[in-house]
Amino acid sequence: MQKKAIGKINSIQTLGTLDGPGVRFVVFTQGCNLRCGCCHNPDTWDINEGTEYTAEELAEKAAHYKEYFGNDGGITVSGGEPLLQPEFVTELFKECHKRGINTCLDTSGSLMNDKTKELLSVTDRVLLDIKYTNDEDYKKFVGCGIAAPLEFLEYLNSRNIPVTLRQVIIPTLNDSEKNICLLAEIIKKYPCIKKTELLPFKKLCQVKYDKLKIDFPFKDLPTPEADKFRKLQEILEKLTV
Amino acid sequence: MEHKNWNGFAAGAWQNEINVRDFIQKNYKEYRGDESFLSGATKRTKELMKKTEALFKLERQFGGVLDIDTTTVSSLTSYAPGYIDKENEIIVGMQTNRPLKRGINPFGGMRMARQACEAYGYKLSDKIESEFQYRTTHNEGVFRAYTDEMRLARRSHVITGLPDAYGRGRIIGDYRRVALYGIDKLIEEKKKDKSALANGDFNADMTRLDEELYQQIAFLGYMKEMAAMYGCDISQPAADTKEAVQWTYFAYLAAIKEQNGAAMSLGRVSTFFDIYIERDLKNGVLSEAGAQEIIDDFVIKLRIARHLRTPEYNELFGGDPMWITESVGGMGEDGRTLVTKSSYRILNTLYTLGSSPEPNLTVLWSNALPESFKKFCAKVSCDTDSIQYENDDVMRPIYGDDYAIACCVSAMKIGKQMQFFGARCNLAKLLLIALNGGYDTTSGIHIGPQGAVYEGETLDYDKVMKLMEKYMSWLARLYVNTMNIIHYMHDKYAYEKSQMALHDTDVHRFMAFGIAGLSVVADSLSAIKYAKVTPIRDENGYITEFETEGDFPKYGNDDDRVDLIAKDMAHRMIVELRKTPTYRDAEHTLSVLTITSNVMYGKNTASTPDGRKAGAPFAPGANPMHNREENGALASLNSVAKISYDDCRDGISNTFSITPQALGRTADERVGNLVSILDGYFAKKAHHININVLNRETLKAAYEDPEAYPNLTIRVSGYAVNFHKLSREQQREVISRTFHEAM
Repeated sequence: MQKKAIGKINSIQTLGTLDGPGVRFVVFTQGCNLRCGCCHNPDTWDINEGTEYTAEELAEKAAHYKEYFGNDGGITVSGGEPLLQPEFVTELFKECHKRGINTCLDTSGSLMNDKTKELLSVTDRVLLDIKYTNDEDYKKFVGCGIAAPLEFLEYLNSRNIPVTLRQVIIPTLNDSEKNICLLAEIIKKYPCIKKTELLPFKKLCQVKYDKLKIDFPFKDLPTPEADKFRKLQEILEKLTV
Repeated sequence: MEHKNWNGFAAGAWQNEINVRDFIQKNYKEYRGDESFLSGATKRTKELMKKTEALFKLERQFGGVLDIDTTTVSSLTSYAPGYIDKENEIIVGMQTNRPLKRGINPFGGMRMARQACEAYGYKLSDKIESEFQYRTTHNEGVFRAYTDEMRLARRSHVITGLPDAYGRGRIIGDYRRVALYGIDKLIEEKKKDKSALANGDFNADMTRLDEELYQQIAFLGYMKEMAAMYGCDISQPAADTKEAVQWTYFAYLAAIKEQNGAAMSLGRVSTFFDIYIERDLKNGVLSEAGAQEIIDDFVIKLRIARHLRTPEYNELFGGDPMWITESVGGMGEDGRTLVTKSSYRILNTLYTLGSSPEPNLTVLWSNALPESFKKFCAKVSCDTDSIQYENDDVMRPIYGDDYAIACCVSAMKIGKQMQFFGARCNLAKLLLIALNGGYDTTSGIHIGPQGAVYEGETLDYDKVMKLMEKYMSWLARLYVNTMNIIHYMHDKYAYEKSQMALHDTDVHRFMAFGIAGLSVVADSLSAIKYAKVTPIRDENGYITEFETEGDFPKYGNDDDRVDLIAKDMAHRMIVELRKTPTYRDAEHTLSVLTITSNVMYGKNTASTPDGRKAGAPFAPGANPMHNREENGALASLNSVAKISYDDCRDGISNTFSITPQALGRTADERVGNLVSILDGYFAKKAHHININVLNRETLKAAYEDPEAYPNLTIRVSGYAVNFHKLSREQQREVISRTFHEAM
């Protein structure tokens, strides 16, 4: 008999409306390979923490909420980095599909291997975080090069998996019009990108850092001004029509 | 029967019998489109509303009550006609001779009338005092009959909020009958019913009914006189939209002039009105703007309706509510939706006139409602926090498709069913009384079966459940008997003549009991079962505190281990209640609803094993306790949905607050997601939900500076209030509730 995959889960949010289309049951997995300066879930970094679930248990839990999903909703696995637990997430998505639940993967796209590919074969949509549009910032503030997410995107495009591209707009780092132009070029290049979301950088997570006694690297950066943020959104819309 | 005012209507059984439902079914036109047809407020409406707003402001400045007529007993014809702006009003009629002036209604009880006057710096006139010296009120009747034990139950607050000192309310006259048939026809039918009694045996029941019919007929006559004072002849059926709305309003007005019932709801009028509007639109005598204007004017009248209450009453039912509940939408038994353009028009008043707690707009939600209507409702919720939702798919199989909601969550067939309202008992307190062998440590009253205080180092679940069973059985019997006295006396001394004249003579009665503290008791029992609870005793050996060690499942997290305890408590309660017969063979029902009294119930309840401290508020209605939900909003909804509507036919109230940010990024997303949430919740067979989409910061700002937020409306428990009208304590409690937020 095949050994049941066990997942390490940080937390569950039964009403997720911000991570994927419609109303979603959002699972935050434990463990992350990156240390992004803007990360708002530092409590998910340590792979040794978290609550253990089998894929079936978690799919059964998600199925409690099926009535709320409507036409668009379903499950979203976020993190942490779900790609660190590919066997588990693959099995979870298979169990969800058995129950008629749409699957969505929220990832940095920084790990590509056969296990990732298997997971993507049961993924209905990917939420891909493109943190920056240049290699230098990636290396400085993320911990990997830009090549990794672009390669990931290339693969998604080849498999025709719908993508929501997301970028957190962080003043002084990526809030320039130039950055938005570069982002638009990426979007135009990959038809699998069905939607793009610019997300304003927020500092609500400061409390989590304080609790963990970890320094929040971006604590001194400002949050975007509403007008400027809206303008960036408009520019992006114009460029990608 | 034919009538010229019925020209253009499809024929049916409704012509030969009093049958509004049949009229609606034969004539209404369902509407599946969106809101784009709607008109805004006309210049006239805006100006009238401005005058009304100025009156509201004045009322606020006068401490919540603008004026009281202390010399007149409120009745249908006891005041000269009143207006806001006579020339510019379309729908006329006022409770007294001036807007927002409150009348005196001593039939429920003199003490309440007297105290209410005094609370606002008035004195009840000697004239009324002496008139009522020789007249028994409902309140006097009840206290003549109450047993010692009933008095103790009341004083210890184990049963609270009983309608023994004011009008019981929760009765919906079928006000539409006046518009469709005219008063003369209604009198004729009631006379027939009265004559038919002549062949029966005149036992107590029959004699009472005979006298009631006499009174009903008399009051139908007074309704006609009242309308005539405003220059309207309502003896015949309404001829057009304006008359249909006016006649219906007069019928409702008669009810609120005659009675000061706790909740006096409107019924289900919008789709009925729509039939007249469609006929007038077709005949080219009305425009869309004109139709909206009539509905707007009607709603302005509803917004200025007031009853005179005491401060103690406001502690239970905060915010000066009337519960002019209007049920909107729903599905028909034939599968067509009952949504019409007028369902949109009445919701549109929240835009044309601004958001408001009254009328209490209640959407009867069905999975099969047209998508565009669902979206419009969700949009209105996001914009105004002024509507509540109830599950048509669980109610329609029981009540058919012409029922309405009385008060917050009480369903009844319009004109065919009524209820005897019965407030609620405090289950959390009962648990403490049971543990203390029949002693209430908060009030110092010995009550219930007397025995030893719970012995043993820690609380044992099975032992506690045995005790709870015993005390529930005792309380249920006492509760039913208390209610029997109250409603016997209310029928005898304060019978609702106008409203019952608008019911079938052979009416089905419910007796509606209630429970408060369900989440507290469920979490307490869960703590006893899954954690270690050590009772702490005072110097007399009574248990006054608890030490709870270890974690335990908490209601509100979709965890069956505790959710089923909550479900089971409601089930046990209704089973126990059914064991004692009711006055007039009423059907026992149960609600899980607190209004704002959850604050007062908490104040009167000592510390509980769930960790709640003495005096701390309960959660409202069937809500989980504040901030104990750990898995997000849907888990909380799933927990509440497990309470069975079959056990709680009088309704299960849930109040849900979510920040706009947690509902989605764009306005469209928020609307779509709210529709999904409502669809999901009701597919789980849940019964009711109040939706608030707002930030806690807004409430905090309004708490600090109430003047800056005169129209801030918020759903509390089965109704909505102007936030500024709540007591400071109630405001703080609302602010402390769970707001589902986005991280």
